[in-house]
Amino acid sequence: MPATLTREQHLELYYFMRLNRELEEQMVRLFRQNKIVGGLYSSLGQEAISVGTAYALGPGDWIAPMIRNIGALLVRGYKPRDIMTQHMARYTSPTLGKDGTSHFGDLKSRHVISPISMLGDLIPVMTGIAMAGRYLGQKIVTMTWIGDGGTSTGVFHEGLNLAAVQKAPLVLIVENNQWAYSTPVGKQAALSDLADRAKAYGVRSAIVDGNDVVAVERTTREAVDDARAGNGPVLIEAKTMRMRGHAQHDSAEYVPKKLFEEWKERDPLDRYEKFLSANKLWDSKTKKEIDCRIGREIQADVELAENSPFPPPELAAEGVYCEGCHVIEADWQRPKEEVMPPRSSVKAEWPANSYSANGARPPAEKQAAPKEKSGKKPARAPVRAKAGR
Amino acid sequence: MPETTYLEAIRQAMLEEMDRDPAVVLIGEDVGVYGGAFKASEGLLARFGWERVIDTPISESAIVGAAIGMSYAGLRPVAEMQFIDFIACCFNQITNFAAKSHYRWGAPVPLVLRGPCGGGVHGGPFHSANPEMYFVHTPGLKVVCPATPRDAKGLLKSAIRDNNPVLFFEHKFLYRRIKEDIPSDDFTVPLGKAAVRREGRDLTIVSYAAMLHAALEAAADLAKEGIDAEVIDLRTLLPLDRETILASVRKTNKLLVVHEDTRTGGIGGEIAAMVTESAFDDLDGPIRRVTSLDTPTPYAPVLEEYFMPNTGKIVAAARELAQY
Repeated sequence: MPATLTREQHLELYYFMRLNRELEEQMVRLFRQNKIVGGLYSSLGQEAISVGTAYALGPGDWIAPMIRNIGALLVRGYKPRDIMTQHMARYTSPTLGKDGTSHFGDLKSRHVISPISMLGDLIPVMTGIAMAGRYLGQKIVTMTWIGDGGTSTGVFHEGLNLAAVQKAPLVLIVENNQWAYSTPVGKQAALSDLADRAKAYGVRSAIVDGNDVVAVERTTREAVDDARAGNGPVLIEAKTMRMRGHAQHDSAEYVPKKLFEEWKERDPLDRYEKFLSANKLWDSKTKKEIDCRIGREIQADVELAENSPFPPPELAAEGVYCEGCHVIEADWQRPKEEVMPPRSSVKAEWPANSYSANGARPPAEKQAAPKEKSGKKPARAPVRAKAGR
Repeated sequence: MPETTYLEAIRQAMLEEMDRDPAVVLIGEDVGVYGGAFKASEGLLARFGWERVIDTPISESAIVGAAIGMSYAGLRPVAEMQFIDFIACCFNQITNFAAKSHYRWGAPVPLVLRGPCGGGVHGGPFHSANPEMYFVHTPGLKVVCPATPRDAKGLLKSAIRDNNPVLFFEHKFLYRRIKEDIPSDDFTVPLGKAAVRREGRDLTIVSYAAMLHAALEAAADLAKEGIDAEVIDLRTLLPLDRETILASVRKTNKLLVVHEDTRTGGIGGEIAAMVTESAFDDLDGPIRRVTSLDTPTPYAPVLEEYFMPNTGKIVAAARELAQY
């Protein structure tokens, strides 16, 4: 039985979802005023996924958001000013104007990995962080998101498969908003449920109503707990609908109007407000307080962003290499001696059980081949030489 | 350490760095139990265990992606491409993820991606690549091409300790063909510094990796004809040691660039442009190149020999340049 959220936590979920929506509405206004330098991608109608999934993580966990996951960045502690200055290419932005949209991160405190525009590449990257975390003795989980279209990339499959064989503590959120730019999900995959992609890799999966933040949070929390317990990666398909075009320039006329009408009825914020009222978790006064606070925060940050300078031109030439400007050190949560010779010495042989399905390597001390009572040598499959391919 | 092969020098570099720093891990296809397709990681699994020597599925993008993730977590992963030709499969992870990371958002990626490159071993179109220039064209990467066992060891150690993504191209022709006495202490060779392998007055031959040895043979042959060639080993292609090249050209006034990489877009063109920009008045002749043909690497020995540079082709070009 999963722990139920407290009233404060329920209100916090509302705060982040509402902040997500109001911030994006503000950025649409900035876009129309030509103050957004590049593209602006909307997560209208998908706020419950970004917020609900990120909310299920602990502070030491790692995330890598995609372009429609501003809500996750807010949960992770970023402020509207960070997101606005980033879109407006200001010197005060997290990347000093070197990159736009949600392409920023923080290795040291917030544990946020900046995405790249190519889809799928974050999956092996977050698998690598999950593997490193386990190696370092941390009890972390890593999370990233991908759209329905992104599940068609080769690296989605490479990454999920690596996570599976490594039993990496990765939670992958497939945000099925039914549209990859103008292409409907039926042209991405011949599957009713994208969650079925996980089956091919022996990865556990769940399907959740992506417009129900309570369900999203609960399902994700279970997956996070499971991954943290060492049971390997989990894929969650959150079904939702992209309520705007691919980006601001796209009026999405290729989407049947009826779809928009149907999904407007399932708006995640409307539904959550009704949930909070029905469960007597708030009243109109509380709602007004939160909404006013959000309005003030956004207004203050708009002013800050608009008054921020653009970067000095010569910054373009700086920072290609790290020449001692960063100290690289791992956060060891286990004695380093455990991974240093000679204690870690092992026999360089595959144990017989490594041929079985999902035969992830046991830790070093359990690596010895199983002993048989009869004294017969255990069967061991030969390791074949491979010169190339 | 007497008579160490190029391959053993690479193995030693990884072993010693893994001994020195528990943040160093090895990841790749068949690197563990099998010890790598060329045995570059032989014995490392037994010494360091399953957590530090990681056999992966055949998924080059996932290997490099996971290594990037590990480096974000503070590790210093060494990822192996079984043959460097397969680096094409993970081009995006290298050029868009790793290379741009520090510039875009200040996140260093201290990873080494290493593997066997190069021809002359009848590997055919998919086991002979010299892909260095795809990556020399990518700001944010470092590209290293050692020619000797001592350099292979010292440069690989520097690469592992570097805070940036370093592509380390090991020429497989050299793996077991060259041996050298190398120091037994914990030495490194700095990235970004070329070496003058032979001093001379009449012309400069710039080369790297396996072709360095052909260039040195050519210089010895040229000496018999009274042509005194200086031979420079680039060692690192990115960043390029412009000063060593320019200093030599200012002395000899003639430049020949030799590389096994194909001609168009090879480092020779970049060096020629750089020298004409910075030392045009010092040149007493046209900058010449001896390179592979602009074709894929062919399989049949007679075709491959025709395709690649060799000592004779270098001597002929150098002789012509010296007489210019």
